[in-house]
Amino acid sequence: MLEALPYPAQTTYWLISGRTLFLIINLLGIACFSYIVAKRLTPLVRGERDIRFDRPWVRLERLSQFWLGQWKHLRYRVAGTIHILIFAGFILLATRAFSLLILGISENFALPDSAGGIGLAYQIVADYAATVVFICMVIAAVRRIVFKPARYEVPEKYGRGHKGDAIFLLALIAILMLSESLFAASKAASLARQGQTEFLATFSLAWILRNALTSISQSNLWNLHRGAYLLDVLTFYFLLCYRPFGIQFHVETSLFNVYFAKLDRGTVKPVRWGVSDEHLDEVKSFGVKTFEDFTWKHMLDFYSCADCGRCSDNCPANAAGRPLSPRFLTIKARDYSFQHYPMFGSPSNGTPLIGGIYSEDEVWSCTTCGACEEECPLLIEYIDKIVDLRRGLVDDGNVPKSIQKALKALESRGNPYGKMEKKKADWTKDKEFQPTCDVKILDGANAADTLYFVDSITSYDDRMQAIGRATAKILDQVGENFGILGAAEKDSGHEVRRFGEETLFMALRDHNVEAIKASGVQRIVTADPHAYNALKHDYKDVPPVEHISQVIAREVKSGNLKLNAVENAADVYAYHDPCYLGRHNQVYDDPRDVLDAIPGLKRVEMSRCRDRSFCCGGGGLMLFYEPKEEERMGVKRVQMAAEAGANVIVTACPFCMVNIEDAIKVAGMEGKMTAIDLTELVDKQIARESPKAIEIAQECVTT
Amino acid sequence: MEILVCVRRVPDTSENEIQLNSAGNEIERDDLVYSINEPDNYAVEEALQIAAKAGGSVTVVTVGGDDDEEVLRREMAMGANHGVLISDEAFNGSDGKGIATILKAFVQKGHYDLILTGIQAEDGGAQVGGMLAALLDYPFASLVNSIAVLDGGKLKVSREIEGGNREMNEIDLPCVLSIQTGINEPRYVGMRGIRQVASVEIPTFGASDLGVDAGAVGEAGAKVKRVDYFVPALGKGAEILQGSREEIIDKLIELMKAKGGLN
Repeated sequence: MLEALPYPAQTTYWLISGRTLFLIINLLGIACFSYIVAKRLTPLVRGERDIRFDRPWVRLERLSQFWLGQWKHLRYRVAGTIHILIFAGFILLATRAFSLLILGISENFALPDSAGGIGLAYQIVADYAATVVFICMVIAAVRRIVFKPARYEVPEKYGRGHKGDAIFLLALIAILMLSESLFAASKAASLARQGQTEFLATFSLAWILRNALTSISQSNLWNLHRGAYLLDVLTFYFLLCYRPFGIQFHVETSLFNVYFAKLDRGTVKPVRWGVSDEHLDEVKSFGVKTFEDFTWKHMLDFYSCADCGRCSDNCPANAAGRPLSPRFLTIKARDYSFQHYPMFGSPSNGTPLIGGIYSEDEVWSCTTCGACEEECPLLIEYIDKIVDLRRGLVDDGNVPKSIQKALKALESRGNPYGKMEKKKADWTKDKEFQPTCDVKILDGANAADTLYFVDSITSYDDRMQAIGRATAKILDQVGENFGILGAAEKDSGHEVRRFGEETLFMALRDHNVEAIKASGVQRIVTADPHAYNALKHDYKDVPPVEHISQVIAREVKSGNLKLNAVENAADVYAYHDPCYLGRHNQVYDDPRDVLDAIPGLKRVEMSRCRDRSFCCGGGGLMLFYEPKEEERMGVKRVQMAAEAGANVIVTACPFCMVNIEDAIKVAGMEGKMTAIDLTELVDKQIARESPKAIEIAQECVTT
Repeated sequence: MEILVCVRRVPDTSENEIQLNSAGNEIERDDLVYSINEPDNYAVEEALQIAAKAGGSVTVVTVGGDDDEEVLRREMAMGANHGVLISDEAFNGSDGKGIATILKAFVQKGHYDLILTGIQAEDGGAQVGGMLAALLDYPFASLVNSIAVLDGGKLKVSREIEGGNREMNEIDLPCVLSIQTGINEPRYVGMRGIRQVASVEIPTFGASDLGVDAGAVGEAGAKVKRVDYFVPALGKGAEILQGSREEIIDKLIELMKAKGGLN
């Protein structure tokens, strides 16, 4: 009778000593993995520069939140919970997995305090961790096979489904957990036969297996024990080397991907990292044309995608049937890199991406709303890639005709409509408006503390001019000393930049910065979130900028702005978050606070609100693009408002207004649904007493 | 194949509000923005596509002043290899034939297999292409909406004829073609492209360089003179139908029947 089962290193497998066998397997496994990773790194080395080594503390903080803390995962309750459990299990099991590997070479290896209290506690935790991971694999497989969440489906145009690969990987992990537990269980069962007890956490996988093995002969237990060990080691290395070929590569890359993730919201990456605006003329080619034009970090993004489908599940372009799915933007690029940087043989690169893996329509379909980036648990970037691809198209002259016209008008007239500069301030000359509110033009003759940056659409579009007038009246009401630039204001260029026309954007920006500086204002207010984002993130050296909703919220809070009760108490309001106010700038509460400050106003939330807001269809130059789509995004949005029980959609962006008002007509909901801008609503509800009178009234109340 | 494209700078119709001056014989030019004559842009794009396939180079030429250099640069940013400005005070006030005479002199100084013009200038009368061909004694095809290069110094061109139909022609080189818009999709020229050619030298030719008799061109030589501009008075004829959707449809059908649009 054997005393105890020998260590794997002491056994023989097919006449080879365990020690030798496992040494070979370990070395071979590590060598293979290193080779594969080195091959995977080849394109990254050839990729464009990307500055990501700054602000280490901020990055570490984000790493602990988004990687270790799995922050985004619970946005999908079921899948998120499963993932958190698996992730925690992997982290907890890492130590045991490595000590197990070493056991194959050295039987004397033991973790510090492995026999003591900490060792025992760790064993219990690890036993349960393996069990939980195993159960999660079963649940995940059942979800894939039986429940089939729609977001995992692969549309036909993107090739075959990924289910087989996913199940295979789940099975491998399950085998790993099972073999690890079986290794411990067989040993414990063998000891039990000799009347000794080895501790195994109750109801853990190993505990269950041990109980099932009690009646098995000692020699079979021995075979089982060393068999389980061999299986465990082989599965471990197979998984390690197989992961870089598919969606599980994120197990290795996620740490780096999250650490190096973009830190600055609302910004767009420079044309070339490390090249200043003055030296841009020396850059031979703009944007991304071939795979190697992507930055190394963007390539890392491709590797890190876990194929979870959350981006495309939230992408409004995808929902509207446009030929764009962020998930496949990544998957296609990864497939390209795998194909063109093969494991054996030399890389074949340099083929154009547009017309190859991407289509022009795909690249123009994005509204840069940011829903995909908000959702991605791995913090993969999409907008910068889209902008870079567009820069490449613009550089090659491939711009849809409708957008070309708008860009040319922006170049010659400073606005996409080709309207005359001298008519920029015509909205202030409205017969009813002008006597009540005289808007100063800061042309040198007039000065003001605050600049109202109007931007093109509010200046020129007949309907949106009402937003301009409402904004001016509110600023006037709160006693703001403000003015506008008039003819000297050019388009903010926000979409010009995001449509890839960097040089034109720079010209518009430089012109505006100069005009703003010359006006001598202390701060800027705008009612257009796109202008707000441009002034805040794309412009440098301009006074601080606020969106009008922030101003209104502050004035309402301070009591400087009083609002009357709604006329029709039966109306139900829903606030639509504009992408560039909400997601890109995190202004969610101010507009809602303003609405809630209107007495008697009933407000509901749409199912997709705040950081999950659904883009109206896109602003700026997107209005000039004729997308291929099945349904307008705006129509979907209006239906969402109806589902929430609202009959008034409040927004805070002129472009949202264009899209939503159009959508109401297209959806045939005229009369049932209306749209109003926050400024228009506030202007309508202002209790127009002098602040002094309000003060007196307040004093009366308090005394 | 050496291709010459004759281009022109015009007030941009989509980005201007054209108004007459107080005298009524000229348009108000103070606030105008100018750009390449749209049809010429198609001609340049077509030239670039032909040169890309058949080899050779593309030269763009314009008759005008220093301000007109801007359109030459734009077309060079698009891909044209050379730009030439023909400028002389003696050329001011030329009519269509005058311009064609000047261009003919320029063409004869070089060797061009193919000369393209836009179908017409947005502020002109579609005269120059045909006259240039006649002066050069070259074959000419107008309203060309596709070009294929054949062997043996010939082109196969299609012309747009009434009703959207096409007429296919074979034409001998060298020849002059006036290009219809829609023949291709002109590539976008961004600010960056223009900046990149900003410092390229553009040669300028005057009357003496070309050997043009100053008396035959310019205002003195013009036999067509512009005497007036006018904006047509807003006529009546537009009618907005009122009523519910059904009523509007009924009225519309009635009207269409009455006018013979529906039987």
